[in-house]
Amino acid sequence: MTPDMTVIITGILVAVSCGLIGLFLILRQNAMLGDAISHSILPGLVLAFLITGSRNVLPMFIGAGVVGVLTAFITETISKTERVYKDAALGIVFTTLFAIGVILVSIFTGEIDLDQECVLYGEITYVHWDRLIMFGLDIGPRAPVILAAILIIDILFIFLFFKQLKITSFDPQFADSLMISSKKWHYILMIFVSMTVVASFESVGAILVIAMLILPGATSFLLTTKLLPMLLLSALFGTLSALGGYYCASLLDTSISSSIAVFGGIIFFIIFLIKSVVRTN
Amino acid sequence: MELWDLTIRFFSMADANVRYVIFGSMLLGGAAGGLGTFAFLQRRSLVGDTVAHAALPGVAIAFLLTGEKNLLIILSGALFTSWIGVVLVNYIISRSKLKLDTALGIVLSVFFGIGIVLLSIIQKSGSGSQSGLDKFLFGQAAAISKNDVILLAIVGTALLAIMTSLYPKFKIIVFDPLFASASGLKTNFLQFLLSTLIVISVIIGLQAVGVVLMAALLFTPAAAARQWTDNLSKMIMLASVFGAASGILGAYISFLAPKFPTGPWIVIVVSFIFVTSILFAPKRGVISKMRLHLNNQRKTNREHILKALYKSGQKLNDWSKTYSISEIANFWSFAESKLKYGIRQLTRQGMMESINGRYKLTDIGISEGARVLRLHRLWELYLSKYLELPEDHLHRDAEDMEHIITPEIEARLVKLLDNPQYDPHNQEIPYTDGKVKS
Repeated sequence: MTPDMTVIITGILVAVSCGLIGLFLILRQNAMLGDAISHSILPGLVLAFLITGSRNVLPMFIGAGVVGVLTAFITETISKTERVYKDAALGIVFTTLFAIGVILVSIFTGEIDLDQECVLYGEITYVHWDRLIMFGLDIGPRAPVILAAILIIDILFIFLFFKQLKITSFDPQFADSLMISSKKWHYILMIFVSMTVVASFESVGAILVIAMLILPGATSFLLTTKLLPMLLLSALFGTLSALGGYYCASLLDTSISSSIAVFGGIIFFIIFLIKSVVRTN
Repeated sequence: MELWDLTIRFFSMADANVRYVIFGSMLLGGAAGGLGTFAFLQRRSLVGDTVAHAALPGVAIAFLLTGEKNLLIILSGALFTSWIGVVLVNYIISRSKLKLDTALGIVLSVFFGIGIVLLSIIQKSGSGSQSGLDKFLFGQAAAISKNDVILLAIVGTALLAIMTSLYPKFKIIVFDPLFASASGLKTNFLQFLLSTLIVISVIIGLQAVGVVLMAALLFTPAAAARQWTDNLSKMIMLASVFGAASGILGAYISFLAPKFPTGPWIVIVVSFIFVTSILFAPKRGVISKMRLHLNNQRKTNREHILKALYKSGQKLNDWSKTYSISEIANFWSFAESKLKYGIRQLTRQGMMESINGRYKLTDIGISEGARVLRLHRLWELYLSKYLELPEDHLHRDAEDMEHIITPEIEARLVKLLDNPQYDPHNQEIPYTDGKVKS
């Protein structure tokens, strides 16, 4: 596999896995939670680096999962005091955690494999040379291998619990009346969002993760009301964003992650405008 | 020692540069904190996050067009794209079934992406001096110069003046938009103006806090101020003070450690103020609520002891009998530590007295015990007579209510039930002095 191929495949894997899981955030009218978690997992990631002294996959995922659920939980707790609305509570939690993360990064630069800019827009260009070594074996480029595993896990999760996810997303009250706890599924979903985010985060940075959590899902949401086609379209738009973004970035010689994000936005606005024109006619 | 020297140098403001940084940080923190209060109350806190991120392409475009780092030009560029961002968010919501949160996420990620694309083009094409633009990501308060402070001061004062003069109108829009339009206010225009003021307050903070974290300076001071007051003007003032204080402290920390970005430190300070507020604010803080809860539990515990001793005295018709701790514990399966604590409090309040390590009720204690039992039985009677609950459903509810019923409600119950003598279980309801009655 050529280095360029690795970058493209990494981009597609990020876009599809984030696009699938992010759709549920949009359906729950909780899209900014994706933004929040993409920021707040940073201290978890840094601490996992610092404690284990390596970039082991397992501590990284545990750290991310914990911080992700914690973000949702603290937000819930603060808004329960009834003096802070939920949106502000979410904002306070993620800006605080992200600030802590950035400070940790700036203090321990050199000891860990991250810097302030990389946190935002990643180093996807170099993914090919960052290898995943397990049991002394070079399994392949680290980012796409991990991302492929996460994508499979995400798809399995959505496939196995399709009914629960669907009902708690579209009609939480009805779900509760059927004894399917919408709250429990909210937290379970947070675990999967966090895992997906952390897998993408190191290689592509926060910006692309946020963009792919929201844009493909929002675009497909404009086109259909059925969950399964929505998921498939989301994956399709994610893939198109990755391909188009990569192509534009190599034309302009600029940040690949950000180009993919922007291309996802272009697809959204094209569909959005077509829909508006069709509706007004 | 060195830390101390630096601290003195910072807060004595002997150094002109330090002065600019302090005034600048204070102004922008105060403006953002005050105006952020409106966004907070309108549940549009996260709009600030999108506004701040959407400023980045403007910063880059202004630089690309003019080729210099003039703050006024750069902030104008930022204002322009941020404002487009806000318009787009509203457009997306009004023209599709997408909701605010999704629209915010879309604009935030796309605009920020465009900003990074432009920034990396600038960095790759130009000389080293241009890389200063990346300071707009996480902020660098130390970069505030004398000219910047003049700009900040003019803009800050203007924001404050407009906010103060339109305060009554903004207040109505925030709390009752329907009433506002019914009473003939131009709500759309005022809302637009308010949003613009908030956008400007975000923009002037970018230099010190950075696009990524600027939003925190809008909603966190407001959330902290909300813990202390229910009054809007006080809340705005408090939020401004919190914002200004975090600005200064953030600048101070960045003065001590100049190689770190300022934004994250300012956020840490303002979040610390928030946590302190939510914990310690009087009446509604977490700690004073816990204390209130604890006091209620203790009162309930004391009243249970009084009631148990009163019932025993009534049964034996002997009010001078003393009881040991374990005897009292048997009446009500009290936990021993709680029982001892309750007895200590009751003794101090003069409701119980101790005789050779054994305890009995005083006269005040007897009438208190009678009161608790009376309320219990009155409530049982009320439930049975007016809600027609079966006999076995009465007790538990009365167990709760006996601690809550006020003298006024008691008087009304007595009147409503026509001075009843017996409860539904045919037990006597003790009035004023149980001793004589029984």
